[in-house]
Amino acid sequence: MTLAERAPRRAGKRRTRGSRRGEGTAGWLFTLPVVVILGLFLLVPVLMALWVSFSDWSGRGSPLAPGVGFIGLGNYGEILTEGGLATRNLGISMRNVGWYVLLVVPLQTALALFLAVLVNRAILRGRGVFRTAFYFPSVTSSVAITVLWLFLFSTTGVVNEVLSWVGIGGPNWFNDPRGIVHIGLSVFGVDSGPATMTGSDVLGVSWWDWLAGPSVGMSAFILMAIFTTSGTFMLLFIAALQNIGPELGEAGMMDGANAWQRFRRITLPQLRPTLFTVLTLGLIGCWQVFDQIYTGTQGAPGKTTMTPAYLSYQAAFADQKWGQGAAISFILFLIIVFFTLLQRLLLREKGGRS
Amino acid sequence: MRRARWLAPAGLYALLAALAVIYVFPFLVQVSTSFKTDAEAAGNAVSLLPQTFTVAAYERLFLHSDFPLWFANSAIVTIAVTLGRVFFDSLAGYALARLRFRGRGLVFALIVGVMAVPTVVLLIPKFLVLNQLGIYNSYAGMILPLLVDAAGVFIMKNFFESIPTAVEEQARIDGAGTFRVFWSIVLPMARPALITIIILSFQGSWNELSHFIVATQSPELTTLTKGVASLASGQLSQGTQYPIKLAAAALMTIPVAVLFFIFQRRIMNRSEGAVKE
Repeated sequence: MTLAERAPRRAGKRRTRGSRRGEGTAGWLFTLPVVVILGLFLLVPVLMALWVSFSDWSGRGSPLAPGVGFIGLGNYGEILTEGGLATRNLGISMRNVGWYVLLVVPLQTALALFLAVLVNRAILRGRGVFRTAFYFPSVTSSVAITVLWLFLFSTTGVVNEVLSWVGIGGPNWFNDPRGIVHIGLSVFGVDSGPATMTGSDVLGVSWWDWLAGPSVGMSAFILMAIFTTSGTFMLLFIAALQNIGPELGEAGMMDGANAWQRFRRITLPQLRPTLFTVLTLGLIGCWQVFDQIYTGTQGAPGKTTMTPAYLSYQAAFADQKWGQGAAISFILFLIIVFFTLLQRLLLREKGGRS
Repeated sequence: MRRARWLAPAGLYALLAALAVIYVFPFLVQVSTSFKTDAEAAGNAVSLLPQTFTVAAYERLFLHSDFPLWFANSAIVTIAVTLGRVFFDSLAGYALARLRFRGRGLVFALIVGVMAVPTVVLLIPKFLVLNQLGIYNSYAGMILPLLVDAAGVFIMKNFFESIPTAVEEQARIDGAGTFRVFWSIVLPMARPALITIIILSFQGSWNELSHFIVATQSPELTTLTKGVASLASGQLSQGTQYPIKLAAAALMTIPVAVLFFIFQRRIMNRSEGAVKE
């Protein structure tokens, strides 16, 4: 629209509001359903859960009933500092999800970028077929994929069978609670940690156990997450790559930069915004992992696939400890907010993008 | 130089093909295993051709389990949610993009704000509110909370802001009311964005699990995700029974797979708009 067109409309608006009398009412009527539903099922619930996390509500009747007491930080204290079973469970679930995030986020991002670069080669014919193949796992539901994964990684499943072709005896995946770092150390004869690490603990879990790594069972979930999300993120990277003109790359080629240098120095910096999006989405998704655990293992073996999201659900719905469950979910919320902000800070600073 | 140029694509294709096999093979195994006997599924997991071809798993699912009921429930919820989102998201998106009204900034802030709330925080509170409202364990409780989504409103708002206002202005001058303008002029122009909403909400509600876990209890209201998850953890069956589980997982993938192949081109490109911001 040109300025000339726009000007009279603005002037008209200032002069006679009356010509658009119905607009205010219409605006509210049009947005009302969204406001009511989001308010009722997103805003009110969060406030209500915040209250429950500070209360001793037992799950009977309404949490807003007069008999329900305010116990301040009681629930938070019990799961964070008291050192009992609740604290230990939280510690274990944080250990598990921490390793999950640490491995899934970088690996899925790297794989997605790798796939995108491969598929994006301009000369490549049949690129649609490859793109479809890599993206397809992303459309299926987490439940269906988990069911498939339980089969693939069963004791006599596909993965172990393929491993046996090259002479490797595969583990008993979803029944193996050993941490992979501990397994790696035991190869060198280290079977127990130094007293300094086994003696002291954080959230009821000793330092030695924090460093156990994801269990073999959790590793299967890690592989699954990478498998299902890399396709989605690949699409984001492909879109970004297509927006980058070939000029800079060609200039780099003239200057004698090799393929890796061109990628590292020319392509990657231009992908920074997309990289930020992918890392953020990856982080948010990983911290909340729930569906897979609910469908597949319910936290087994030996609580090593227990995640905070599942723990929160279990504390509330199975153990009727609603306050604790709500408190866990808010702790998780704060962690997600913290990491999103931290990452924004780091990526923005380094890039020098204003 | 020439040799390198010829070699590079061959290597590239080999690498891509190998990766594609890794990505596709699990789904082929899934389908073939669903036609195997229990013993064969456990004994010979890798082979893609069943030695004894049987449809016993499908027979069991369709004739002797609640699977058809789960499917129907998922279909009801998905259709209702998709229709609701198409209508309400575009209505709100249009108002936020075009109509000037007091409190518009506030409404927009609410929508952006709730987009930032991670779903896992909502598990317990959603149950509390549904319970309080008396719609726990009902279709209303399953559908209503999903009926609009902030991201959809956002997409529609962005779309409406990108199309020229001239046609609407003309219709207004001709005396059409705000809803008339929206319904018969603006909405038909919004087809590309609406298809995006349809894809996202169909896939989202068909694959939704956690909301149905906290919103329902009775077997009559079980959806596919919840039902198949219960199959996975071994209800309804003794032993491993992989063919039944994998058949159920394969069947529940079909609708989203069909949607995916119909709108493939659009899905593959939708991310473009999202990243350009």
